[in-house]
Amino acid sequence: MKLNIASISEFVIGDAQADRVVPPTGFTATLTLFSAAAMAFLAVFALALSLAAGRLADRWGEELARTSTIRISAPDGQMTAQTEAALRVLQTTKGVASARALDEDEQRALLEPWFGPDVPVDTLPIPQLIEVVEEGDGFDAQGLRLRLSAEVPGAVLDDHTRWRRPLERAASRLRLLGWVSMGLIGAATAAMITLAAQAALAANAQVISVLRLVGARDDYIANAFVRRFTLRALTGAAIGMVAGALAILLLPSADAGGGFLTGLGFRGWHWVWPLFIPLLAAAVAFAATRGAALRTLREMS
Amino acid sequence: MIELDNVAYSYGGGELLSEISLKLAPGSFHFLTGPSGAGKTTLLKLCYGALMPTAGEVRLFDGDVRAMERDDIAMVRRRVGVVHQDCQFLDHLPVADNIALPLMVSGQDMLREDANLKELIGWVGLKARAGALPPELSGGERQRAALARAIIMSPDVILADEPTGNVDWEMSQRLLRLLIELNRMGKTIMIATHDLALIRAAKAHVQARVLRISNRRLQLAGADL
Repeated sequence: MKLNIASISEFVIGDAQADRVVPPTGFTATLTLFSAAAMAFLAVFALALSLAAGRLADRWGEELARTSTIRISAPDGQMTAQTEAALRVLQTTKGVASARALDEDEQRALLEPWFGPDVPVDTLPIPQLIEVVEEGDGFDAQGLRLRLSAEVPGAVLDDHTRWRRPLERAASRLRLLGWVSMGLIGAATAAMITLAAQAALAANAQVISVLRLVGARDDYIANAFVRRFTLRALTGAAIGMVAGALAILLLPSADAGGGFLTGLGFRGWHWVWPLFIPLLAAAVAFAATRGAALRTLREMS
Repeated sequence: MIELDNVAYSYGGGELLSEISLKLAPGSFHFLTGPSGAGKTTLLKLCYGALMPTAGEVRLFDGDVRAMERDDIAMVRRRVGVVHQDCQFLDHLPVADNIALPLMVSGQDMLREDANLKELIGWVGLKARAGALPPELSGGERQRAALARAIIMSPDVILADEPTGNVDWEMSQRLLRLLIELNRMGKTIMIATHDLALIRAAKAHVQARVLRISNRRLQLAGADL
């Protein structure tokens, strides 16, 4: 069968007479509809997981890659002087866009998730943090470390490399997991529809025998089954996709303190992606049913 | 048209047919007779590619059946009308649709063929039963519907397997007249039957060759027929 617009539209519009030659089958119709709907529902979540993981990986990668932190540990009397010295060094460092010392409120906010609100930052021996934002190709970390060790003995440069890489790796794995899940869902859909199609073909062995007796070609017989299963899968997957998208919509919205799970969903044009799930399900059903039908017809010869 | 040359057919380790040679010439009329289980249905099936010979050669419209793809055999079946003993209908479709089935599967324009279909349904006397489902038909009506389906594509050859097996004498005569009429239109006919009275009745109206399967082999029947 040549795959072009004309053949696709001919397939979708169908042949009313040809559709009637295969009697309607109850349980295989329900099985196909239900499995396509369930799989599409799961696929929406797998897709959302994958896209959210992708966003997370990009965000972590970008945010952590463009910033560094300098931690200054010094005796009480020297903290301000060392902080100012470090800022002076940074002002003259090539590749540094800006640098600023975090104030008490910002440091308190960083500690809040672990120690709770109202942390007495001023009474705790915590280091002063300086946020460094990079520009262009960034700065020479090794060179900056040498300058800091010479001019600000209590300063330690953290360019986030040791955090960024595992986080990026974790997010990438999560994204891969999402796509693998999509693949598994597609394979499971194909397997279930193949089984349903084979059951329908076996149940209609007598119909196939009559059709062959009157000169039906294998393509004609296969198409009668393929079109029916493809349209059922398309309908079931559309229902499942809408249900999945609604469920995603009803998830708590992402906010600053929400973390990863509340960020699970689609943003902007990413809402277009779920629309492809029913089409993909129909394509999987088409290939699975056609393969099963032609194989079964060959075996029935 | 259809030619069997020294054909044998075995099934389950036993040989059902042996050294069968047969030629169905255009416009000829044949009866195939023999006791139940002699292999009449098997021989008919060999004649339309439903079975493959285990030895010898079957040529359908000049093509060796063993060299044919399944689609080629489908095309052959559009040129051979088959009337099965048990009719073989799609029970969920009305009689008219069952009769039109060969047109549907060959992609013919059903609207254009509608007048021909109605005429044919009238010719076999099923006008009033066109909307009925096959299980609602009597034995005779089923046989006539099967005959109508077999000839709707105007095939060159009509093979009928015990077409009068489940009908009374009057109906069998009616079916026979239809088949003789088709033969006069130039169709090649082969009827498998064990009904010798039917053969004798036919020989009064048409020049028919009577073949008998005996001991797995095909032979011309004697003058008693």
